[in-house]
Amino acid sequence: MSSEWPLWEVFIRGQHGLNHRHVGSLHAPDAELAIRHARDVYTRRNEGVSIWVVPSAQITASAPSEKGPLFEPANAKVYRHPTFYDIPDEVGHM
Amino acid sequence: MYAQMVKSEATNEDPEMLAAFQARIDAGERIEPKDWMPEGYRKTLIRQIGQHAHSEIVGQLPEGNWITRAPTLERKAILLAKVQDEAGHGLYLYCAAETLGVTRDDLTEQLLSGRMKYSSIFNYPTLTWADIGAVGWLVDGAAIMNQVPLQRTSFGPYSRAMIRICKEESFHQRQGYDLIRKMAEGTAEQKAMAQDALNRFWYPSLMMFGPSDKDSVHSTQSMAWRIKINTNDELRQKFVDQTVPQAKFLGLTIPDENLKWNEDKQGWDFSEPDWSEFYEVLKGNGPCNTDRIEARQKAWRDGAWFRDGLMGHAKKAEARRNAGRIAAE
Repeated sequence: MSSEWPLWEVFIRGQHGLNHRHVGSLHAPDAELAIRHARDVYTRRNEGVSIWVVPSAQITASAPSEKGPLFEPANAKVYRHPTFYDIPDEVGHM
Repeated sequence: MYAQMVKSEATNEDPEMLAAFQARIDAGERIEPKDWMPEGYRKTLIRQIGQHAHSEIVGQLPEGNWITRAPTLERKAILLAKVQDEAGHGLYLYCAAETLGVTRDDLTEQLLSGRMKYSSIFNYPTLTWADIGAVGWLVDGAAIMNQVPLQRTSFGPYSRAMIRICKEESFHQRQGYDLIRKMAEGTAEQKAMAQDALNRFWYPSLMMFGPSDKDSVHSTQSMAWRIKINTNDELRQKFVDQTVPQAKFLGLTIPDENLKWNEDKQGWDFSEPDWSEFYEVLKGNGPCNTDRIEARQKAWRDGAWFRDGLMGHAKKAEARRNAGRIAAE
């Protein structure tokens, strides 16, 4: 018999003002119970102020093999960084 | 150690891919679930993480045994929190194993059928309240020895689970030491119970690290893959060196007449545990093997209607929501 509960990805906001961050996954029959389980599994020591759960099957991820085409173009664009530009000392902090 | 004698799987793959993979590990990169990995790496990790997860879950049983009999409400609350943590640790690890392509049901089935193991230590009984102290102090102490270096293991999800577990594990060891200290400083009878617990748990704790693996090919492969960081002997020595002064502070005696400070190695010499006992326990002939597996089988069986009921409810609720949506369109 396999009626395994579906898998959910859990995201927790650690403190007010921070992003929700992926902390792990768990099995639950529905979203409501996924939140309750996430409370028990991932916030036993006040680790969070808010929880998101998302069905794992709903997540689309980039393929590791696409790492080059996806991210390498940014490598060549050094002019996007402030350190690319020389500002004379006399100008002061900028 | 919660994963004992994990055999590494042979790998038969393109040498170029293998070399590139090894180079990533040597460079300290983390391997993530969707990355290419040798089949042997995947299988060995499933076995190791699965065994580790099973140990956390079965490890709840010897301690759960004392929840209703804890001597004070505070001790009961502490023990409940600890046992709940063990459940959490099991869940972090199962999820890490599942990223490698094995299902939770499959892992559960393998535990219940005895095809996958859990740590030998949980096949020993907790006969007195002092044993609960010894479990926290020695068993969790030994587990930490292994888990701290595994935070740097090469497989990302395993490493992240270990980081989370290590944050919580220190509470486990400290509450155990605190408990046994209260008894060691109590009446003569209480102190005798503490000594008795140390006597019974000392050698089984040393066995947790597994037999010497100096010449083991499996260990060599696992260390190259960084899913094993130290040898069993290194960790055992570290554990003894850490524990001897702690026992001395309590006024308790380590049950080993060969225990002697070795100035040259700056560590303690100690007796090996009885490895024939270890192999018997692994074979299923320890004092509690049958009880432990039966308890897990019963929990799985008795929970089936509940798991199915919640799933049935979730499906119906979803169908109702969909029907509502269609009616509204």
